[in-house]
Amino acid sequence: MPVSKELRITPIRNGTVVDHIPSGLALEVLRILNVEALGRESTISVALHVRSQRMGWKDIVKVENMELSAPKANAIALIAPTATISIIRETKVREKHAVSLPERLVGILRCPNPNCITNQGEPVDSEFEVTRRRPLAVRCVYCERSVEDFVPLLTR
Amino acid sequence: MSLKGRDILSMRDLSRPEILEILKASRALIPVAEGRRPSRALEGRLLSLAFFEPSTRTRLSFETAAKRLGARTITIVDPAASSMAKGESLSDTVRMLSCYADLIVLRHPNEGASRLAAQLSDKPVINAGDGAGQHPTQTLLDLATMEERFQTLAGLRVVLMGDLRYGRTVHSLAHALGLFGSELTLSSPERLSLPEEVRRDLDQMGAKVTEQPDLEKALRGADVLYVTRIQKERFGDLAEYAKVSGSYRLDPALLRNMKEKFAVMHPLPRVAEIPPEVDRSPHAVYFRQAFLAVPVRMALLSLILTGRVPPGGGR
Repeated sequence: MPVSKELRITPIRNGTVVDHIPSGLALEVLRILNVEALGRESTISVALHVRSQRMGWKDIVKVENMELSAPKANAIALIAPTATISIIRETKVREKHAVSLPERLVGILRCPNPNCITNQGEPVDSEFEVTRRRPLAVRCVYCERSVEDFVPLLTR
Repeated sequence: MSLKGRDILSMRDLSRPEILEILKASRALIPVAEGRRPSRALEGRLLSLAFFEPSTRTRLSFETAAKRLGARTITIVDPAASSMAKGESLSDTVRMLSCYADLIVLRHPNEGASRLAAQLSDKPVINAGDGAGQHPTQTLLDLATMEERFQTLAGLRVVLMGDLRYGRTVHSLAHALGLFGSELTLSSPERLSLPEEVRRDLDQMGAKVTEQPDLEKALRGADVLYVTRIQKERFGDLAEYAKVSGSYRLDPALLRNMKEKFAVMHPLPRVAEIPPEVDRSPHAVYFRQAFLAVPVRMALLSLILTGRVPPGGGR
């Protein structure tokens, strides 16, 4: 019996699996998940450059004892629109869905315009509206700067 | 459709019919702006003019507009003398102003400041320029100037010349002209060309845009030449600045063969890009443009605060 590719990394009892991440972006996904904040008891598994029928190559991230919040799912959708998210409870997949990007992204990206009012220490969250889906482009609601390269702008 | 209680933050927020409504109201208010007909349409209203960045024309024309309609103003002109100098956030300042006044006119050095102010203020906010961002009332008065001259905004052939990259007025003007189906010709040094995203926005609107760095060629068949100042502070190398600004100087000889109604516009202040000889030309409309700032801003104040313009412009 062929060994399932899923077994190359440890199955988890409770937590989140982010699959179908475009190859090379797993570390960015980890950054979005803010895994440093998890307790020491949680296992985090990362598989880089895994064969995928659908995508050719992909990355996978599994995080124990964490269920993904909506803002984090939105941030993943921004950099990895192909990703799927599975929520695991007691070793069973309880929810599985593709990520989807909302019309507005609040507090997920930093505006690249240093002169934007959202970068001046005012008590305001950054906010972007999606202006184009393919390829993805968003625009700052405040200074109207357009953004197409998201990875360096993700807020921690 | 009513502008009553609305914020005016960016030209993107205004539809074509709304722009035309503002221009129509502005025409009706010209006699009041000229001081020929008194008006007390906004008597008892108090406006806050919060200018966190130097400005002469914009502040004075808002103040004139308010006072010609009988409104009173409270003004921040020098942020160094306000509590912003003590480190107060714009957010807190705006909340305070919105308790005092019926409307806030805001000029601020940071892009997006007026959008933030509008979210925090219970009272309408007019963006009077935010950093290198939007300056919608300038665009409205530019449109009013063209409409007065040509009786229409549809299908004008407009040449935009000078600093098209950093000049804030030119981006929202280009957007608005695109809405009205103008043909745009861009004439600028390469390093000061229109930003890619503004260009894309125009393409998406289906606007006709061409580039022609040679001004003489760009002017063929044009209705309007809109000149912007090339800002010294954008150049690290002053020799380069001298070269570029020298090449973007309007030669009065170029005006000889233009159409009768051809108009030279400039948001002012100008430096050397339009020599004073041009001022005497019947094509020079930039001082008329500066005057129209008053009725246009009167129209906005009136429509936002009362939802209408007084019959006959005055009361």
